[in-house]
Amino acid sequence: MNDAKNAPVLEVKDLSVQFRTNDGPVYAVNHVGFELGRGQTLGIVGESGSGKSQTMLAMMGLLARNGTATGQVLHHGRNLLGLPAAELNAVRGDRIAMIFQDPMTSLNPYLSVERQMSEVLELHRGLSRREARVRAIQALDAVKIPDAKRRIDFYPHEFSGGMRQRVMIAMALLCEPEVLIADEPTTALDATVQAQITQLLRELQRDHGTAIVMITHDLGVVAGLCDDVMVMYGGRVMEHASAEDIFHRPSHPYTRGLLAALPRMDASGPLVSIPGNPPNMNALPPGCPFSARCRYVEERCVATVPLLQHLAPTSPTLRACHRPVADLDAMEAADV
Amino acid sequence: MSDATAPLLSVRDLKVHFKVRDRKAWPWTPAATLKAVDGVSFDLRPGETLGIVGESGCGKSTLARACLNLIPATGGEVVWQGKTLRPDDHVAWLAARRDIQIIFQDPLASLNPRMTVARIIGEPLRIHRPELSDAQVHEKVAAVMAEVGLTPQQINRYPHEFSGGQCQRIGIARALVLEPKLIICDEPVSALDVSIRAQIVNLLQELQRRKGLALIFIAHDLAVVKHISDRVLVLYMGKAMELAASDALYARPGHPYTEALLSAIPVPDPRVERNKVLQLLSGDMPSPIDPPSGCVFRTRCPKAIAVCAQDKPALRQLDAETAAACVLAVERSS
Repeated sequence: MNDAKNAPVLEVKDLSVQFRTNDGPVYAVNHVGFELGRGQTLGIVGESGSGKSQTMLAMMGLLARNGTATGQVLHHGRNLLGLPAAELNAVRGDRIAMIFQDPMTSLNPYLSVERQMSEVLELHRGLSRREARVRAIQALDAVKIPDAKRRIDFYPHEFSGGMRQRVMIAMALLCEPEVLIADEPTTALDATVQAQITQLLRELQRDHGTAIVMITHDLGVVAGLCDDVMVMYGGRVMEHASAEDIFHRPSHPYTRGLLAALPRMDASGPLVSIPGNPPNMNALPPGCPFSARCRYVEERCVATVPLLQHLAPTSPTLRACHRPVADLDAMEAADV
Repeated sequence: MSDATAPLLSVRDLKVHFKVRDRKAWPWTPAATLKAVDGVSFDLRPGETLGIVGESGCGKSTLARACLNLIPATGGEVVWQGKTLRPDDHVAWLAARRDIQIIFQDPLASLNPRMTVARIIGEPLRIHRPELSDAQVHEKVAAVMAEVGLTPQQINRYPHEFSGGQCQRIGIARALVLEPKLIICDEPVSALDVSIRAQIVNLLQELQRRKGLALIFIAHDLAVVKHISDRVLVLYMGKAMELAASDALYARPGHPYTEALLSAIPVPDPRVERNKVLQLLSGDMPSPIDPPSGCVFRTRCPKAIAVCAQDKPALRQLDAETAAACVLAVERSS
């Protein structure tokens, strides 16, 4: 019993995504793995092109046609990769739900919110339209949409951006999924609305025990919400550690760079930018993808890809860097 | 001495009102008025950075464009170096735009895809300095490219060959090539990745130091604005809520809206973030066509009292550094 309770809801092993393009294969995601327990929150942080969204799309079987995923995505031990669409559909939207960055383009503009929400319940729960409507109104109430009884018959364009994202969340939570994948859910929103949505996600998680995978480029959002954080760059995991460690004891040069580049409200001083540009995914370097921009770069960094390893035998922190943390600290101290 | 402290740009009671027609309304119903910017005033001194913050739809971009007459103001005035520029005085505006340039949010969309970098950056010179020869234009373009961190080999490339950060550098070079006194930056880093954002912010600050540029820096990200600005103007529904020195604004916000904005910014530190008391604003911004009576912020204000529905508070000096538009704000002895 206890075992079943602690078993991960979702387990991703050695997931890789490759796209066939006219310019040759693009390795968008390479050997990504993580576990997600009940009620846990994992933040995946990375810049554009880091492969964070493709990882999620691959898990949900939503890759573009020229993309192939290899590895394993285990949901209660069952591999979702390569499952026929019919079986996958029973899981998607029901046990694992997803919300996207832009709520306007992910809602159907031709259908009222009521139709879009009741559809989910009719399909997954076999409810009648009338029962589904009642449940949908409850769901909208739960995400604090005022006057949900009336607003449920509105069309997406009649809602503001923040309200649309609430509708998306309500829709995703209709079947009480075990896992909610949120792909940059607050990026398109204002800071005040972002705070409302993050707060809402936190409450829903507390009440329902939903596990959340939060994809974002904003380290601030991650800090308040996530237990674990995975930092990705150039399609690879750079560092995977608890939120506490990522923010207070970052072990990877890229994580350190990201934190230093962030303007902060609680501190002043110059921003330390990371030189150079994000990698071209068509022509990744043979070694560490970050090597071209890393200030701690050595010969071996350019030549071979560092493996994702435990920082210390007992440490839960995983990092992919050839240089030991002591070296980084020493160099940083020498700079000051 | 008096020249150094005289404002470069003065905006007095600036109004930009749009007439909007509801498609569902009868044809004879009068058009409604949308007050995008409603009576905003500020001064900008040479070499100073003024940050403008607010949620989307608060009028910050409209205000920026009105400062350049890209959208004509419907009321108030823009005074550039002591000279009032009327919206219909195109000759005066053309001359003023030599000294006032703008950078836009979307770096790729603001560059013509059919022009090479050389033509994009050289175009302002051809318009404002027609006396320059091709060789002189080329020389100036090459010099300004070096200044913003682009290599000379990139001069004949097209915008699509560049990443977002590099495109923004091209946009900055284009603004810089006329050696302006003021650059208006309309969300210049919002579309960029964190690591690139820091590069561009640092570049702007360095250019400002070297050339004594004044900047108007518009963003919805208060952390970036705090970093770069000397003073900050907080807008809500087209009205100024607070105008304060940057440090004072963040340390002692004078307006409840500023407080709410500040509390909403996530701090990248789990210990702080998990224990933070959020001052969440309820609901959304009201419709700008039908703004609330009295103070426009009162419908979402946690401190609103009855008098807020009647009084329209104007910016009031609280101390040497802070002015806020709130009936409840108390004057402080500094």
